Order: sequence, then C-alpha cells, then structure tokens
Amino acid sequence: MKRNVMGAWAGHIARAICLLALLLPVLAFASGRVPKPVIDIDKPGKCVEDTATMRREHPDMLKHQRDLTMHDGIRTRKHSLKQCVDCHASAKTGSVLGTKGFCQSCHDYASVRIDCFSCHASKPKLATGAKP
Amino acid sequence: MSEEPNEALSRRGFLAISAATLGGVMLAPGIRLIEIAGARAPEQAVSRQVRWGLLIDTNKCAPGCDDCVKACATENGIKATGHPRTDPQWIRKVELKDMRSGRVHSAPVMCQHCEHPPCVDVCPTGASFKRADGIVLVDRHICIGCRYCMMACPYKARSIVFEEVTGQNPDVPRGKGCVESCTLCVHRIDRDQQPACVDACTRAGHNAMIFGDLNDPKSEIAQRVAKYASTHIRADLRLNPGVRYQGL
Repeated sequence: MKRNVMGAWAGHIARAICLLALLLPVLAFASGRVPKPVIDIDKPGKCVEDTATMRREHPDMLKHQRDLTMHDGIRTRKHSLKQCVDCHASAKTGSVLGTKGFCQSCHDYASVRIDCFSCHASKPKLATGAKP
Repeated sequence: MSEEPNEALSRRGFLAISAATLGGVMLAPGIRLIEIAGARAPEQAVSRQVRWGLLIDTNKCAPGCDDCVKACATENGIKATGHPRTDPQWIRKVELKDMRSGRVHSAPVMCQHCEHPPCVDVCPTGASFKRADGIVLVDRHICIGCRYCMMACPYKARSIVFEEVTGQNPDVPRGKGCVESCTLCVHRIDRDQQPACVDACTRAGHNAMIFGDLNDPKSEIAQRVAKYASTHIRADLRLNPGVRYQGL
C-alpha cells in the first residue's frame, strides 16, 4: 500500500520535471534571457546575395573564394572576406568583432567559433595617411 | 536610334584600347610603366606563361642599407615582438667578405621562389605550394605549423610565427602557428604593382633591385639577365630560383 503511494508521488515528480524541461526554453525566450545577436548594419545598400542565402551559405562562399584567391590570384571583391569586413565593420568600434560586432555577435549566439580573424584583419584598411 | 548602342560600344572599346596602350607605353627601351604580359582581368587566374623574378645587383646594394627590409616589414605588418631571436624574417641583409681580396658586398636574401622548391616537396599537407606564375607561397588555411619546409629550405627563408599577431594589413593575413616567408608581395603583384622592397630600393635611388617577368623577352629583367652575368645563390642545388644576383 505504502509502495503504491510512493510510486504515485514519483510519477508526479517525473511528470513535473518533464513539463519543466519542455517549458524551460519557452520561458527562457519569453523572458529574453538568451542574448539575441546584434545585427547592426551601418552601411546602407544591398549585400552581394539575399539575406537567407548569406545566412546559410556564407561559410561556403568564403571557403570557395579563399582557394581562388590563394591559388589562382583571383581577387574579385564580391565574395571576399575583405569586402565583408569593409561593409560590415561597426561604425563605433571599426571592427566586425566585439560583443556587438557583426560577425562575433551571431557566432556567439550560434556557438560557432570564428577562426578567420586570428590571421585576417577584423578592421578595414585605414585610409592612406590615417594613423591607427 | 538603332545605331546608338553600337556607337557606345565602339567608344568604350576605343577607350579600353587606348587605356591598354597608355599602360604599355615604353618609358625607355625595354622599360614599361606596366608590363602588358602581367596585366590580367581580375577574374582571370594566374598564368603559367609568366615567371615572376627579381634581379639584385649587389654592386649597387650598399652595406648597412636596410631600406628593403623596412619596406617589407611595413607592407606586410611584421612588427618586433621583443624576441628578436624568434621574430619572423621575410628578408634579411647578408654581408659577404672575400677574405683574400677583402672585397665586401651586401645583398638582401629572401625566399628565392625556386622552380623546384624543396619546401613544396616536403610539405605533408599541401600548404606549401608554387603558384602558376612561379611564386612560392604558404596556404595558411592548410598549414599545420610542422616546420618541415623551414628545415628543407636551403636559404633559411621561412619563419614560424610564435606569437599572436594583431593589426594585420587586410591584404596580408598573418597569424600564430603558421610558417610564412616572402610572398613577393603577391597582393601587390595581383594589382600590377611591384614588390614593396623593389619599390623602396628604386624610390631611394639605389636601383639595386628589378622586378619583372623572366619569361617576357621584352621585360627589363629578362633583357638584363640575357645581357649580363647573373647567378643564383647555391646554384649547385639546381633549384632554378626566380631571384637572381648580379656581382656575387
């Protein structure tokens, strides 16, 4: 008899935990606890492809372009990382990195590491004569 | 009305032709503002027809002068980290003294851009490669930093980057953990400019370095190589470097 009561309690608790687990992401989003990426685009105008394509395929475009540039010396600007940085660097920090940087904020949100900027410049080239 | 597009096209065609002609105008016999053979469309791959090379006249290269070394560091964003023994060196001045005659001469030594580069032979990942136009490069996306190429190079032309790099030139990505060496300023060549070291040497009036296409018989470098005695460093290895020295 006692065992049955215990079993019923255990069942209730298990159900409650399941419900909580299901509700947690909903609650988290509702309360705004997950920081959304900051997509500030200071330069007006259109990107080289539409937004959906860019979001999904920009790594492939960059990888394709990097091989063309490195091995064949093709330096067209359309899909080059340098051109991304030139347009998308923040007006405030001058960089695509930083918590509100165009590249980093999204990559932090998606939890994908960006290795590009351990070698590539994260800021556009300074105008001639400008001092860093 | 129907003739207008044609007219516009022909005018544009005329402009393109005149621009190309102006670019190729001979400044003096054999010296051109822009090498026509080197000029290519931005979306066109580099060609095997071209073999970029340097000719260094050691008689004009003054001992103690390091204009080329400084220009290289500025162009490629190479900064001293405070550890001179391990700092990357893309180009260095070497002074030679003939002990019998006492003649001293000096020459810049950088990656010699061999036709048969030992660094490419030993690279386990394919990161070290020779571009179709003869420039030997490291593809940092593939380099694992094993340093076999550094050991294989008879000219000690390559260095590994030991420390984090910041503030790179957007045209010259560099970072910790990869091997690097002189790229012959490939980003400048791709925009029809000379390497920074050659530019600096010429601007300072030393004129000890010439850059050009060794395969183009009309280029100044090819004409000089055909006319005057020049040699490679360690010519006995028969690697056929693109960098040649006069007066060694």
